Amino acid sequence: MKYLKTSPAKCKGVRACEKTCSKTFFKTEDPSKSAIQVKEVGGKFEINVCNQCGLCIAVCPVKALSRNKLGVVVLDKNLCVGCLMCVGYCPTLSMRTHPDLREPFKCVACGACAKACPEKALEIAER
Amino acid sequence: MDENKIFEYTKYTQDIEAMKAAHQVLAEYSFTPSLPQKGYNNRSLHIDLGTLKFTEKKIDEAMKQTFTGGRGFGLKYLWDAIKPTTKWNDPENDIIISPGPICGITQYPGAGKSLVVTLSPITNIPIDSNVGGYFGPLMKFSGFDALEIQGKSKEDVIIVLDGVKGKVTIETAPQESLDSHIAAEQFTHQYASDEADLRNVSVVSSGAAAAHSLIGCLNFSYYDMRRKVTRLKQAGRGGIGTVFRDKKIKALVVHGPQVKGDMNHPADLGRIQRAGVRLHKEMHDFDDKMCTMRKVGTTNIVSVMNAYDLLPVMNFQYGSHPESVNIDKTMWIKRFTQNIPDGCWYGCSMACAHGVDEFALRTGPYKGHKVVVDGPEYETAAGCGSNCGIFDPDWLLECNFYCDTYGVDTISYGTLCAFVMECWQRGILNKERTGGLDLSWGNGESQLEMLHQMARGEGFGLIAGQGVQRMKRIFADKGWGDFAFLTDIGLEGKGLEQSQYQSKESLAQQGGYYLTNKGPQHDEAWVIFMDMVNNQIPTFEDKAEALYYFPMFRTWFGLNGLCKLPWNDIEPGDNRTKNAPMDAAKVPEHVQNYVDLFSGVTGREITKEEIIKMSERVYQFQRVFDLRMGKGVRKYDQPPYRAMGPVTKEEYESRQERYDKQLKDWMQIDPAGKSTEEKMALHRKYREDRYQKLVEAVYKRRGWTADGVPTLETLKRNGIDFPEVVATVVPHLK
Repeated sequence: MKYLKTSPAKCKGVRACEKTCSKTFFKTEDPSKSAIQVKEVGGKFEINVCNQCGLCIAVCPVKALSRNKLGVVVLDKNLCVGCLMCVGYCPTLSMRTHPDLREPFKCVACGACAKACPEKALEIAER
Repeated sequence: MDENKIFEYTKYTQDIEAMKAAHQVLAEYSFTPSLPQKGYNNRSLHIDLGTLKFTEKKIDEAMKQTFTGGRGFGLKYLWDAIKPTTKWNDPENDIIISPGPICGITQYPGAGKSLVVTLSPITNIPIDSNVGGYFGPLMKFSGFDALEIQGKSKEDVIIVLDGVKGKVTIETAPQESLDSHIAAEQFTHQYASDEADLRNVSVVSSGAAAAHSLIGCLNFSYYDMRRKVTRLKQAGRGGIGTVFRDKKIKALVVHGPQVKGDMNHPADLGRIQRAGVRLHKEMHDFDDKMCTMRKVGTTNIVSVMNAYDLLPVMNFQYGSHPESVNIDKTMWIKRFTQNIPDGCWYGCSMACAHGVDEFALRTGPYKGHKVVVDGPEYETAAGCGSNCGIFDPDWLLECNFYCDTYGVDTISYGTLCAFVMECWQRGILNKERTGGLDLSWGNGESQLEMLHQMARGEGFGLIAGQGVQRMKRIFADKGWGDFAFLTDIGLEGKGLEQSQYQSKESLAQQGGYYLTNKGPQHDEAWVIFMDMVNNQIPTFEDKAEALYYFPMFRTWFGLNGLCKLPWNDIEPGDNRTKNAPMDAAKVPEHVQNYVDLFSGVTGREITKEEIIKMSERVYQFQRVFDLRMGKGVRKYDQPPYRAMGPVTKEEYESRQERYDKQLKDWMQIDPAGKSTEEKMALHRKYREDRYQKLVEAVYKRRGWTADGVPTLETLKRNGIDFPEVVATVVPHLK
C-alpha cells in the first residue's frame, strides 16, 4: 500500500508541508488544517502524519473509512456522521479535526507535501 | 472482525412490498420538516388516535426553562393530558417520546437517548423510561422535540413520520408482525428508499405479550450496517408497551434525513467536538483496564456483584453463586461478536450494545430461527439468570430474545419469575396451581414457557404478567400463602418490580430504590459501592446528601437525551488520584464535559450547580405528580423486608457470621444463646427503625414534609409553584 514515508532527522522545521497540505485541501495556509503536522521537541522535529495502518476502519459506525485500490485509507465524507471516534482511536493521533469542519480529515498520500519539502524529508513509498 | 464478514440470520423481509400495498392510510398530515436550532425545534406533535387528528404544539422559552426536554417535557405533557382520576387504559392516557436538546449530536458517547413517559399500568403513577436506538434523533431531525400519542385506535395501526417528505400518516398494516424482531425488519425495509437509507429509519414496537401483561416494554430499533440486521434497544420499565398495545398501536416508524454531525445547529461545534474526542481517547486508553464495556458491555459487573455478595440469587435471598461464572464476562467475551462498533447511536465509543449472533432459538414460535440476541445486559443476566437460579447462558439468551421480541421488560420479568420460583420452593405454588408449570429454581424451560403463555394470552403466564404486587394479593386471597410473608418476599415498590441489585446490606441503596419517584429502578441512585464497599457515606446526613445529589444529577441525563453510562463507567486516568473519594465518585471532569455539551449545543452557559437546579425542578414536579395520582407520600416509600434484611432462617444462617457480628456492633447485643428467630426479630426491628430514620433525613434534605410532600417553599424555590401544582400539594400540608 501507498503511504507518506517520513525522515524526521532531515526535517528542519520549514513547514512547507503544512502550508501545502492545508492550501491543497482547504484553500488556506493554516497548520491546524494540515493533515501533516510538525512539532519541535527539544531542538529536534517530530513529524506526525497517518501511516495508513487502517485501525480506524473497524471503529467507524457507518463504514465511512476504507482502503482505496492503492491501499490508502480514505474517508467518504458523504457517509461520515462526524462522530470523531476515529480521531480518538487513531494510535498515532493522526486523524485530525477542526471546529470549522464537521468531518475529520487525514493524509491520503497525495504527495504534495513531499514535492514541497526542501529538505527531502518526505516521500511517497510502498509497503 | 473481518469487515466483509456476512452474518447468517433468518430473513424476515419476504413479501414486504405486498404487505405494504395492503396498508390503508386512515389519516394524513403534512408538515414542513425542520432541523433543530441550538438543540430545539421548538415544537412537538400531538396525535389523537381516536379522532385521527394531528396538532402541532409550540414549545416556548418558559417550558424549556422549567422542563428542559426529555423526561421534563414528557411529564409536563402528561400532566396536561390526564386528570387525577385517569386510569392507564383510559383513552386520555398519553404516551410521550421526547429526546432532549443534546440528543442527536454524534460526537459524544451516549447522545442518542429518548425518554418515554406515560401513566403506568403497573404503578398507576407516571413512569419514565430511557431508551437508545435511532428513533429519537431521527424524530428531532424530522422537526419535532416530542411526540404525544393520546386516544385509542379502533384497529391496529402504525404511525409513520416521514421527515424527508414532511408527512405523517396513520395506516393499517394488517400483515406485518406484532413481534419486534420481525416488525423492525419489515418496517425498516419498507420505509427506507434503498440500502444506504436503511440507517435513516427507526421503528418503535412492542410484541405479543404486552397486551396480556402489565409489564410490556417498547423496542426502539436501529439498522446495524455490518450485521445488516435491525437491532433493538428497550424502554423497559413500567409497562409502556402495555399502554402502546392498549391504544392498538403496532408500530411507530420514523424516516429521517441522512445524519451529519451538526444537525442540531449547535452554538459551538468545536466545544462539542473537543469534549467528544476527550471521551473517545479515554475509552481508547482506559476501557480495557476499567469496565471493558467495548468487549462485554454491562455484563462486566456480574462478577463484581458476585464478589461483593450483591448479585441477586434466588429472589434476592443470596448474593453470590459459584455457577455465576457461566453468565459473567468470561462467558460473554466469547459469545459477543468482538471488534464491531456496538454503539446504539453514532459516536458512542462506550459501545456496550453487544449482540450474540446467529443464535438458534430452541423454543416457541420462532424455534429454529437464527437471530441476533441484543444482550444480555447486566439486568437481564442477573434478573432472568442468577435471580432465578438459572446459570445456563443459552437459556438466558433465549429468555432475553423472547422478552425483547414479545415486548416484555426483562427486569420485571426476572424479578417476578424469581418471586414465583420462591413461591414454588415454599409450596405456595405447585403444579396444580401453575397449570403444570414446574417453577423450580434453574428451570429455564419453564421460564420460557411462562413467557410464551404470556404471548399467547393463556395459562399461568397471564397471572405472572400482572406483576409481583398483584400476585401477592391473588395468592393470598386464594389461600395459597400468607399475605405478610408474600409481602416480605415480593420485591416491588409502588407496584414496580425492583431491579437487580441486592439492597439488603446497603441502607443507602434501600433509600436509592424505595425513595425514587417511579419505583425501585436504579437509574436514580446507585450508591451501593460508596456505601458498603468504600464506606463514604457513614451518617444518615451523608446518605441523605447522596440521595439528594445523585438522583438530581442522574435525572439530568433524562432531560437532555443522554445515556448515563459514559459519565462514570469510564473515568479519566487520574480521577481517583486527583480527587478526594466523594469528589471522584462525581467524576468532575465528565460533569464539566456535560456543561460543555449543554452550553455548546444550546448557547446557554450553565454551571455544574445549574445541572442540579435543572434536574430538581423536574424531580420535584414528578413527586407532586405522584401525589396527584394517589401516591407520593411516605406510605408508598416503604421497601418489602427482603430488600432490607433476611426474611427466612436460611437467609440468616447463610450469612450468620455477618449478621451475628452486626448484632454486636450495631445493637450491642450478644448473639450467644439466641435462636435464629430471636436474632432475626432483633435485626428486623433495628433495620426497619433505621430505614425510617433515613427517610426522615432524606425528606428533610429534599425539602419535603415528614410525610414526603414537597413544601410550598420547595415548590417556589424550584419555580414550579404553578396553581395546579400548589393545589395538589396544599391538602397534604399540615
